[in-house]
Amino acid sequence: MTVDTQSEHITTMAFDVKSIKQDFPALAQTVHNKPLIYFDNAATSQKPQAVIDSLVHYYQHDNANIHRGVHTLSERATKAYEDARKTVQQFVNAKHDSEIVFLRGTTEAINLVAQSYGRANIGQDDEIIISEMEHHANIVPWQMLCEQTGATLKIIPINDKGELLLEEYQALFSNKTKLVAVVHISNALGTINPIKQMIDIAHQHDVPILIDGAQATPHMAIDVQALGCDFYTLSGHKMYGPTGIGALYAKKEILEKMPPYQGGGEMIKMVTFEKTTYNEIPFRYEAGTMHIAGAIGLATAIDYIQSIGIENIAHYEQGLSAYAQQLADDFDGLRVIGTAADKTGILSFLLDNIHAHDVGTILDHEGIAIRTGHHCAMPVMQHFNIPATARASFCMYNTKAEIKQLFSALDKVREVFAK
Amino acid sequence: MSDLRELYQEIIIDHNRQPRNFYEMEDATQKIDGFNPLCGDRITIYLKVENGIVEKASFKGTGCAISIASASMMTDSLLGKTIQQVEAVFEKFHQLITAAKKPETTDELGKLNVLGGVRNYPSRIKCATLAWHAMHAALNQESDTVTTE
Ligand SMILES: Cc1ncc(COP(=O)(O)O)c(C=O)c1O
Repeated sequence: MTVDTQSEHITTMAFDVKSIKQDFPALAQTVHNKPLIYFDNAATSQKPQAVIDSLVHYYQHDNANIHRGVHTLSERATKAYEDARKTVQQFVNAKHDSEIVFLRGTTEAINLVAQSYGRANIGQDDEIIISEMEHHANIVPWQMLCEQTGATLKIIPINDKGELLLEEYQALFSNKTKLVAVVHISNALGTINPIKQMIDIAHQHDVPILIDGAQATPHMAIDVQALGCDFYTLSGHKMYGPTGIGALYAKKEILEKMPPYQGGGEMIKMVTFEKTTYNEIPFRYEAGTMHIAGAIGLATAIDYIQSIGIENIAHYEQGLSAYAQQLADDFDGLRVIGTAADKTGILSFLLDNIHAHDVGTILDHEGIAIRTGHHCAMPVMQHFNIPATARASFCMYNTKAEIKQLFSALDKVREVFAK
Repeated sequence: MSDLRELYQEIIIDHNRQPRNFYEMEDATQKIDGFNPLCGDRITIYLKVENGIVEKASFKGTGCAISIASASMMTDSLLGKTIQQVEAVFEKFHQLITAAKKPETTDELGKLNVLGGVRNYPSRIKCATLAWHAMHAALNQESDTVTTE
């Protein structure tokens, strides 16, 4: 996002992919006797040693339950956990740390918004706008809400490049529209949606908007205040952090008014059998003992990203993406699904008539890990009338040499099928 | 790529490229959709069973090389078999693909033995068994759609 204005500065900075790669122990292995090339980053990224160490350190030294102990370890664990919240806050540039709720990930964050905000504010005959390119995590929770409330879903269509049709988006609004929920970057297509514009449009209609940022936070700077979105979600495991931890950003004034999501310990101030007073935000939404180690690991992952610089990462990855696109263009019989003008390093493709699963198995034999299938975005597959794609997704530890090897391996796939 | 060749044997590639019995059967006595939600593969199996004998077997659908070849070879292998014989082949095939220990190559399975390479690819076993589960459900008059899950 800010890459253009800073690109001069960036190109002069050393981006040392070799040393970055060495920070990721899982990358230093062979698969089928070939050095592992990990191109399944959109599913989950590998973890740097620093993140792994932070988990070990926490369990070896600081492990305690938080917010309710007076002993030293509990104080340490509480501080580390709350510091992690501040790290996430700064990473997305939220105004208050109380606007960051720790959750399992994007899926849980969207479910929380649907069940808490949704059930309180969306009723019979109301409408929720989502898009045709959503991950199932941003479809199913809304369908469940619709079943519970009698609301209906309105779908922003995509074109054959995999771009949202903004005019159609505009036209979907009515006085029944109560919420928009749209993905920042599509995991199936790589499309970067013009979310600033989409947020502004929603707000012109006085409709709040949720952005599914699962695929965006590892690759670009996010500033929720500049964007103005009402909700933003992220998943730690896609941004070099542990699995089972993620966050919901929500504007303070909205969060304060939302009813709790789950009931239990930690989310309360006072419980009697007559009445329970809920804790303040964000604790009201963090019932039970949270994934404390995970939150600390996520903060470490963010520190790691910051140490390299998200702009530097974005710039480097754009180089990878452009290179992959160029090789794809020159590769006979390869059809890229998702050719939006604004794209990240996700190459979803079909090769001849060869099924994606066969491509995936043969690439695995070459030590190359890709994802095959519908990528939890079946409506996208339906749009293109295909059952599945093969998807290579790149991140900061990948190299052009690895991408070149991907294409050599695709030659081998063809060989197998040519006999 | 040696063990890869074991998976993608020539005969599998051939059946994938030119599937046998690949048509919609108008006069089918049994018809069922097989669905693998993991990869979106869909295969419809058609059977014409008369007097307890499979007179005709065919299929339609999309899938990976393994699932198409498996369906193609399966439909070939069923022709003329009694229901009991079909059940026996189904059992044998299932063992070939999934048993913990690799079973002996059996004459009963004939060229179906080439699909045995799948056993080394846990993520691909469902591709090989999709058509078979569908066929089995069709014979046993189960619901209209079976899934591999
Ligand atoms: C765009 C998008 N949204 C949501 C999700 C779900 O994220 P999680 O599984 O971390 O909850 C994913 C992950 O695959 C995704 O790519």
